[in-house]
Amino acid sequence: MHPLNRKLLRDLLRLRGQVFAVALVVASGVALLVMSLSTLTSLQATTDAYYERYSFAEVFAGVRRAPMRLTDRIARIPGVQTVETRISALTTVEIASMSEPVMAHLLSVPDDREPLLNRFALLTGRSPLADRDDEAVLHAPFAQAHGLVPGDSIRVLLNGTQRKVRVVGIALSPEFVYAIAPGGLMPDDRRYGIVWMGRETLAAAYDMQGAFNDVTLSLLRDVDPKPVITDLDDLLEDHGGSGAIARADQISNWFLMNEFDQLRTMATILPGIFLSVAAFLTNAILARIITVERREIALMKAFGYTDLQVGWHYTMLALAMTAVGVLLGWGAGAALGRYNTEIYTQFFRFPFLFYRPSGTEFALSAIVAFGAGLLGAIGAVRQVLRLVPAQAMRPPAPERFREVALPHAVVEALDSPTRIILRHIIRNPLRAGVTVVGVALSVAVLVMAMQWNDAIYLLVRNHFQQSQHQDMVVGFRGTRADSARHALLSLPGVLAVEPMRLVAADITNGRTRHRGGLTALPEDSRLQLIHDVRGWKVPVPTGGVVLGRLLAEKLDVKPGDTVEVEILERDHRRFELTVAGIHETWIAMPAYVSLAQLNRLLGDPPSFEYASLLVDAADEGPLYDALRALPGLATVTVKHNAIQTMFETIGETILIFSGFFVLFSSALAYGVVYNAARVALSERGRELATLRVLGFTRAEVSYILIGETALLVMIALPLGCLAGYGLVAIIVQAFETELFRLPFVIPPTAFGKAVLVIIIASAVSAAVVRRRLDRLDLISVLKTRE
Amino acid sequence: MSDPATQQQTHSGSQTILQAIGLTKVYGEGPSAVHALRGVDLTLGRGELVVLLGPSGSGKSTLLNILGGLDTATGGQVILDGIDLGKMDIAALTRYRRDRVGFVFQFYNLIASLTAEENVALVTEIARDPLSPNDALKIVGLGPRAHHFPAELSGGEQQRVAIARAIAKRPELLLCDEPTGALDSETGVIVLEAIKTVNREVGSSTVLITHNAAIADMADRVISMRDGQIADEYTNKTRVAPRDINW
Repeated sequence: MHPLNRKLLRDLLRLRGQVFAVALVVASGVALLVMSLSTLTSLQATTDAYYERYSFAEVFAGVRRAPMRLTDRIARIPGVQTVETRISALTTVEIASMSEPVMAHLLSVPDDREPLLNRFALLTGRSPLADRDDEAVLHAPFAQAHGLVPGDSIRVLLNGTQRKVRVVGIALSPEFVYAIAPGGLMPDDRRYGIVWMGRETLAAAYDMQGAFNDVTLSLLRDVDPKPVITDLDDLLEDHGGSGAIARADQISNWFLMNEFDQLRTMATILPGIFLSVAAFLTNAILARIITVERREIALMKAFGYTDLQVGWHYTMLALAMTAVGVLLGWGAGAALGRYNTEIYTQFFRFPFLFYRPSGTEFALSAIVAFGAGLLGAIGAVRQVLRLVPAQAMRPPAPERFREVALPHAVVEALDSPTRIILRHIIRNPLRAGVTVVGVALSVAVLVMAMQWNDAIYLLVRNHFQQSQHQDMVVGFRGTRADSARHALLSLPGVLAVEPMRLVAADITNGRTRHRGGLTALPEDSRLQLIHDVRGWKVPVPTGGVVLGRLLAEKLDVKPGDTVEVEILERDHRRFELTVAGIHETWIAMPAYVSLAQLNRLLGDPPSFEYASLLVDAADEGPLYDALRALPGLATVTVKHNAIQTMFETIGETILIFSGFFVLFSSALAYGVVYNAARVALSERGRELATLRVLGFTRAEVSYILIGETALLVMIALPLGCLAGYGLVAIIVQAFETELFRLPFVIPPTAFGKAVLVIIIASAVSAAVVRRRLDRLDLISVLKTRE
Repeated sequence: MSDPATQQQTHSGSQTILQAIGLTKVYGEGPSAVHALRGVDLTLGRGELVVLLGPSGSGKSTLLNILGGLDTATGGQVILDGIDLGKMDIAALTRYRRDRVGFVFQFYNLIASLTAEENVALVTEIARDPLSPNDALKIVGLGPRAHHFPAELSGGEQQRVAIARAIAKRPELLLCDEPTGALDSETGVIVLEAIKTVNREVGSSTVLITHNAAIADMADRVISMRDGQIADEYTNKTRVAPRDINW
């Protein structure tokens, strides 16, 4: 082996503490990149294969009742490849293990053939037989949540009639990768499920013989869905079409794609932070090594090694440190990627899963990491090239210091050790800056991670507690006359009833159209409020519409402007509404109108489809029984169950992710602080040993060594909180979607926790360096020149 | 603390402050063991200036380190004011150096980030009854350079700052290891003058290690070492002023 290579290996071994610290930071960046990208590629590959194999549709539309003969006309829309019609209904099912009614989405499957689109993937059992009207296939998460297997029975409410149905199969579907109940925020597999039954059975129950109320399309290659949607809407309008949507807006797919976007954002921002800090650390270490080894460098040059050879030797050292990090990062990233992908499959349900990193993420992470390592090396190695052998053989000129740029009175008041600390920081502001920035970034990353939990908690609390004061929401098939309120009020335990309507609608301003809906509330609404997340209640407008902030921005309207509304039901009424107000909200893009006004605009008598109920908890059981007997009831949502499920699901995931980030940020802080202290020790070992000889105690000497780093950490902590604020702002912005926004709220506890973790990580690394102080050789100081 | 040993008189007639009895120091074990000191007996009087001569490896620095509480002897005793240094733990030795010993090194070992005055203050801040930094600097003739950083001072000036730093705590023992080793003769003389002044004005017992036999003329007593033992010892009848030393 070449002596220089042998020196390289020995240097790596000698500097193992620092090599490890840099490697740890590099590894964190690489692991984050590999984890995010491999999760992304795996989920994407899985999704693509799933969609392809099970013919996931590209356009979806609901309609009140359309005759089958319309199918041909739909098929003739330019660009349409396949048309599949279905019968779809929301209903409730009875399950022995649940006291409350469970919401179900009924979907028909053809009796005599496989569905052309949105085929389910049978995990066990079979499809319903053509001649059996009491067989059903259940969505797997739902079946698993209730321990249902083929052979078990459930009771399904089919258009008001209870029917005992036998489970014959358990399946997953590309349409419900993320199975979320209408109006829900998270999958709740115990309270919402998909039930597939034979077409004839559902047609008979819902009066859909020779008709359909749901249609899905696949398109020819590279066809833009927009014109197809327009044509389809035109065809369905007379039959009560509720507005078609493209695959991009299909709720399950939307969540999936949104998750991919978030993973992509993660893969860009965070590894960047870690690897740029790693570049600075590499630079600091290398610069120090080169200063210490200037005589060796001069010697090598004097022996005839070229600048390039010597420079390369030190560059190799930087790359070797990076390589250790890359290898560690690959291992951790691959493991975390697999783990992460598996966590995702708890929310996103696939019949198969490819954890197949493409290799690109490994290559990419290595390129980025080595790039950062090289960048860090270049500045330091330039020193090597500048060294003239004869000059380098002489000891370096003494360091020049200036008076601390502080008022004289302040300097006077300081003791000497503190002056030493301050002058060192001021003398090398760039290096101090790197330490401050590195620690600050680790705080920032942690603030961001800690904020998630609180932000989502706040989001849920706001949604469920501030704006929803009811205990339960019941939904009916079709509208109910206002008098039905009294029937509800007479049910056991019901303390108050408040009617509500939700109608699908296109809201348009100029060329911008938003496909969404109107929420209609009574003007004196008390159970369901228009709550502005900034902390106040917005009154239900007597005339006009109150929009969510994001919707107002999308439509570019302000209070006083007018929007056009087209109701996507029945005769597609069109009318104009004045924007009465705008409120800030984190979930969806709501548009609130008064119930009386909506009924008037639709030409309906006072009526409602949904009702908020205030319920005496003691009577829940009898109430559920009474609700089951209520004709036309389609859905029951119990609020406290919804909240509990959300917290359980979110809590667990967030805990895992916060855990990752506590590890990564601690590694970052550890790496930065360790190196700062280690370089300081290397530079000042002699001074510190001198002080020990002069009678300074270990504690006093530690103060000088650790004090500088501690001071920098102190400066970094508030800056890190600020940077965390900025990072959260970026993330909130990046993750802003039509369905939800992360609240831009950072509770003090997030800062507190982040600061605490980083203080601990810094203290640990300082303690590791501090131990070296005990091994200072006091005697050699007396004899040797540096 | 009136151990009879401390009451005896040294060769030069002053009261004994420090006594070393049968000091041995062995580095390593077995056949590869190095015997740095092989039974050294030494007394040091209050205010006495002793020059320690000897070639490299003769054991002078090892002796100085043990006297200064930087190293511990393998055998024998060092007694200062009746206290046995060998029985002190690390904290007590630190305390000993802090309160009673001043060190001057060959390479000055100033703190680069502190001015001359602050380098001295470094010690006065932790000492029990120190001189003011300015007074200490005046003794070594550096009053006007008090606010300069080490990088702005010549080698001789830096060494004089080091001396001021060593004596500012009014140490009972001033240990100088080759204080002129890195200096030219002209600057060396200035530094030796400073040591002499300090010895006189502060009254610290001073041990000065040197290779340069000529310097021995400024001492009260001269001890020559060879192979870890005292080879020769004599008292100067008259002390020669440093500027009159023939280098």
